[in-house]
Amino acid sequence: MATSNFEVPELTGCTETPRVQEGAAAGIGSFLANAPIQEALGFPGELVEDWHDRAIGKMGELLGKYRSLQVFMDACVHCGACTDKCHYFLGTGDPKNMPVARQELMRKVYRRYFTFAGKMFPSLVGAIDLTREVIDDWYKYYYQCSECRRCSVYCPYGIDTAEITMAGREILDSIGVGQKYTNEILGKVHRIGNNLGLPGPALEDTLSGLEEDVLDETGCDVKFPIDVKGAEVLLITPSADFFSEPHVESLIGYAKVFHAAGISWTLSSMASEAGNFGMFIGSYDQLRKVALRIREAALELGVKRIVVGECGHAWRVAYSFWNTLIGVGGGADDEFGRMLQKQLDGAYPQPAHICEYTYDLLQRGVIQVDKEANDHRVITFHDSCNVARGAGMGGIPGGQFSIPRALIKSVANNFHDMAAETIREGTFCCGGGGGLLTDDLMELRVKGAQPRMNALKNVVDGEGVNFMATICAICKAQFTKVLPYYGYEMGMVGGVHQLVSTAIKLKCDK
Amino acid sequence: MSSITIFFAILFYLATLVLVGGVAYKIYRYANTPAPLKIPTMPAPLTRTGVAYRLGREVVLFESLFKSNKWTWVFGWMFHFSLLLVLLRHLRYFIHPVWEWVALIQPFGRYAAFTMIAGLLGLWARRFLVDRVRYVTTPSDHLMLALLVGIGLSGASMSFVVHTDIISLKEFALGLMAFDWQPLPEDPLLLIHLSLVALLMLVFPLSKLLHAPGVFFSPTRNQADDSRSRRHLAPWAAQLEE
Ligand code: SF4
Ligand code: SF4
Repeated sequence: MATSNFEVPELTGCTETPRVQEGAAAGIGSFLANAPIQEALGFPGELVEDWHDRAIGKMGELLGKYRSLQVFMDACVHCGACTDKCHYFLGTGDPKNMPVARQELMRKVYRRYFTFAGKMFPSLVGAIDLTREVIDDWYKYYYQCSECRRCSVYCPYGIDTAEITMAGREILDSIGVGQKYTNEILGKVHRIGNNLGLPGPALEDTLSGLEEDVLDETGCDVKFPIDVKGAEVLLITPSADFFSEPHVESLIGYAKVFHAAGISWTLSSMASEAGNFGMFIGSYDQLRKVALRIREAALELGVKRIVVGECGHAWRVAYSFWNTLIGVGGGADDEFGRMLQKQLDGAYPQPAHICEYTYDLLQRGVIQVDKEANDHRVITFHDSCNVARGAGMGGIPGGQFSIPRALIKSVANNFHDMAAETIREGTFCCGGGGGLLTDDLMELRVKGAQPRMNALKNVVDGEGVNFMATICAICKAQFTKVLPYYGYEMGMVGGVHQLVSTAIKLKCDK
Repeated sequence: MSSITIFFAILFYLATLVLVGGVAYKIYRYANTPAPLKIPTMPAPLTRTGVAYRLGREVVLFESLFKSNKWTWVFGWMFHFSLLLVLLRHLRYFIHPVWEWVALIQPFGRYAAFTMIAGLLGLWARRFLVDRVRYVTTPSDHLMLALLVGIGLSGASMSFVVHTDIISLKEFALGLMAFDWQPLPEDPLLLIHLSLVALLMLVFPLSKLLHAPGVFFSPTRNQADDSRSRRHLAPWAAQLEE
């Protein structure tokens, strides 16, 4: 078990709603971004002098640009239905981690400056002035939200706290208060092309190393092509897939799928990152800028299809936002959108998720598998929040739940779901999403993982589960770190394509 | 014409103006604020028709609330559905001759006052008993409940305990609509009831009661899952492409 300077929750198999303990998570905070990190993204380097007016100005601007924010600020009735839905509240007991309370941090200020009732009778409606203390609370608690949207499933008005967290972070960035982890990574993407900061040559090295490994292991010359013009498929995958364990196992899985199906594919050094942390800080500008690299790469390489690797928030951005941001999709009636949509093959969904893609090949019999190869594994599936509640798959409602499961079941024999209320749209976040995957937030990450760990414990004890598959780079990294705190092996977590990789029959088997 | 009649006549004109104008303004704002990104809470319906059903289920059955908290759902639904019945029943004071279906629901509408009050008390109790709900409750939440309970109690008392002069009340109401004022019966219970109702109308557009129009404009509920097949672009976002 990993050592820690905080108390690791004990797993009982059942996540009880804690009593409200004010300030329980007040000591948890992530490092602030320094001036160079902030300035690289065009944000002020430190708290600006006129922060008060600028923050209120920014809030007004966002209220006019985002209907979500405007409606959500008005519609909440304090019914409390969301209060026990956030894994960070369940894990810490800090009431400010209850979704509605997290929203109230901003709503109180909204009321004071933008509503008649709050201007006239502030204490009656709980309206407050924007002070330094409020800014500190915003920074603390908007970086204790993984933007997982679980609360939005249960709110009678669909109030999505993630939208408010994003707005909060955007306001904070605009007055010079940014988070080191997220903003540093965004800088790397702009400078180097991916979150890990891997330059092109290092990437090529890694890929040729992988080719050798796979050749040694399978006797098969599986390629990991990069920057190949005229390839059929452009694969956009999180950069963690190139270097981290267990992520790389899934990358090997994708390559084997393309190889076995005989489809030409390529990675891109310009667009070597599926992740898009622009979403985490709520910045449309950053979101678009990061995504534009993918548009450029697709146009330059002349590919017909764009396929996205295993990454949760990246899939949300790709599935839900790419058509808007960069015209990857269909149905454009404008110049910008049509340019790329003419090139892409309209017979396929654009973009496609790698699970959609592989499952389709399996269905059509293009690739074959040996399911018994996975018999040493008893598998469960962790729905990643951004896939579950932020995206779809397969063009059918709930395809994001059924397709990965169907894929797992077609490459492996032993599968058990976790408890119904902890999966699908009710899935619990891994605890590290939304820009919180940083060591300075380890206590929050461990405590926030508790509901998922309890659900896992039940299938481990009851069904003998020894592998938790997931399709998200952040989930994989988070669980690798957090599982040991709860007494589990970090190797228990892995990708769905890690399972595919184990079972797939390559045409040149020794 | 008594000063009380004049006061209430003006009060109701004002309250109606604020209610209709305020809500119209809010709806105008919601409708004209763009939603730049597709953010339906998934899984979402694939078509606009599906979205209409989803919203219908939210509004009629409180589907999401049912998923999240059964007690809040029971009390909340009981209150809202009773309120609807009560409101429909009150149509009889504004229409002459009374439509047949309004006459038909009259007995249900009368007793709905009790389920309405019970629902409100249930919701109110949660604000004291559940520590999480207590934490997020503001004074205005209590006042809002007090206001609604007050309306319910004063109304039910007139239906069941001390009857008021309904005929004159109806003449007053019809007179208001025809801009031909008629005297208002000066029964204290009735005056309390009417004052509270006017107050509710006045605060509606300024308060959390905006959840009523808001639910229809909530992007997580009113968007279809069609982002891959349809390019969705807000005007301010489109400008970035120029
Ligand atoms: S989005 Fe997720 S992390 Fe944020 S408040 Fe809602 S449930 Fe909690
Ligand atoms: S469920 Fe929705 S309306 Fe109820 S308290 Fe939470 S955010 Fe507010």
